[in-house]
Amino acid sequence: MKHLLSVTDLDRETANGLLDEAERFEQALLGREVKKLPTLRGRTVMTVFFENSTRTRVSFEVAGKWMSADVINVSASSSSVSKGESLRDTALTLHAAGADALIVRHPASGAAHQIARWFNEMDEASSGYAGPGPAIINAGDGTHEHPTQALLDALTLRQRLGDLEGKRVVLVGDILHSRVARSNAFLLSTLGAEVVLVSPRTLLPVGVEAWPVRVSDSLDAELPGADAVMMLRVQAERMNGGFFPSAREYSIRYGLSERRMKMLDDHAVVLHPGPMLRGMEIGFSVADSPKAAVLQQVNNGVHMRMAVLFRLLVGTDEVVA
Amino acid sequence: MAVPEDRAAKSSAAEFSQRHDPDQVETGRELLSDSDVGRTIARMAHQIIEKTALDSGDPQVARVVLIGIPTRGTTLAHRLAGRIEEFSGVRPAIGSLDITLYRDDLRSKPHRPLERTSVPEGGVEDALVVLVDDVLFSGRTVRSALDGLRDLGRPRAVQLAVLIDRGHRELPIRADYVGKNVPTARTEDISVLLREHDGRDGVYLRQEGDTQ
Repeated sequence: MKHLLSVTDLDRETANGLLDEAERFEQALLGREVKKLPTLRGRTVMTVFFENSTRTRVSFEVAGKWMSADVINVSASSSSVSKGESLRDTALTLHAAGADALIVRHPASGAAHQIARWFNEMDEASSGYAGPGPAIINAGDGTHEHPTQALLDALTLRQRLGDLEGKRVVLVGDILHSRVARSNAFLLSTLGAEVVLVSPRTLLPVGVEAWPVRVSDSLDAELPGADAVMMLRVQAERMNGGFFPSAREYSIRYGLSERRMKMLDDHAVVLHPGPMLRGMEIGFSVADSPKAAVLQQVNNGVHMRMAVLFRLLVGTDEVVA
Repeated sequence: MAVPEDRAAKSSAAEFSQRHDPDQVETGRELLSDSDVGRTIARMAHQIIEKTALDSGDPQVARVVLIGIPTRGTTLAHRLAGRIEEFSGVRPAIGSLDITLYRDDLRSKPHRPLERTSVPEGGVEDALVVLVDDVLFSGRTVRSALDGLRDLGRPRAVQLAVLIDRGHRELPIRADYVGKNVPTARTEDISVLLREHDGRDGVYLRQEGDTQ
């Protein structure tokens, strides 16, 4: 595995292997006096964020640092991007500066794929740089994918529910703009779960019929019998028109209120990728209830990203005879 | 230069693979039989009791902690702890330390999955730690374990117990408790079978590449 660009690149075995490894990282760090492993010593990990983020960037940074990598954060506002440098030139610069891994977040769908393609082309043309380019990790590209988020959600669900085979997961809200929803829908179904989307018709993506999911109109109808409910953020910053009449109506039809939470089975889990808009998508008390796994998700995020960095940066692909 | 490097890579690759197919091992020469393994572990348990005085009841004597190196070292640590309890009435705490994350050859070897790590009850602070592994070879695994141990805390002392010492050290490391010393050639391979993993106990020596 060279890059992690999309969850559709992961088969069930690989995905489960990554989840197992994340749990092993958690065990390895438990009860330790020093939270530092020498595993990635001498490797350089760069986070390149063209969009704001707390959780993802911080957990990649912590993951890299706990494994002794040198972590450098590049943000659009503090780089030459603000002077008009192109994505390609920024990426090539970081490549030339010696990055072993680039963790890319970009508002345009496909940005991480595009960077990987440029590096591959360069590698084939062997245009002056020695060796292959850095590993690319997609940390969210537009409305397309967010694979590490889906992996950490799957890990959280597995910890709470056991094996995901046959479990029913309901994704609620702004599916259209949500890369988290897209990555989760595909990864969870790869892992054998049944995925149900509940969303206003206006917030469903074109081509959703081809996804391995069932689409439903009514949240009330889907809550009983659900093993997990994953609430999504309404991504106002990506909305250029009226997708629903009002925040209040959205909240009434698709918000996870206290009343709705009572409809859930006792073992059911509530997930939210954050940041949460309390009072709109999710009730105040719901977000703080024991059913909610929001902070467990963040905690798992660090271990999951350690597992991904370990898989991409350590070991050769060739099998030693 | 190329030849010894290649040999070193090969031999540590043999050390790397801890999974043996019991059926293929049959062709090798038996070094320890099923009952020999049990006796050897019992003898090592006696030696550990004698050398650590863990049953003396003296508060000045350090608490003894066994830390196994997965996977067979951890199994051996559990067996040793069982025998030590049987002979002395004191059960030492057991931990498991996966050294994958501390290896110095991660970049040149294929990906290897992590094994279970667990910090023993009460930690290792000020304890007498006995590292346990099945085969002592180059010493690189033990070095990695010493690095890993440092991150768990500061033991009062560290000792090493191995079932088989096959020589060919690449680092200044020696074992405190050895089940059996086996002079080997670098081209040979030692297979340790344990009931918990392979259905029966036994130690075999075979030429690398035999029937594989």
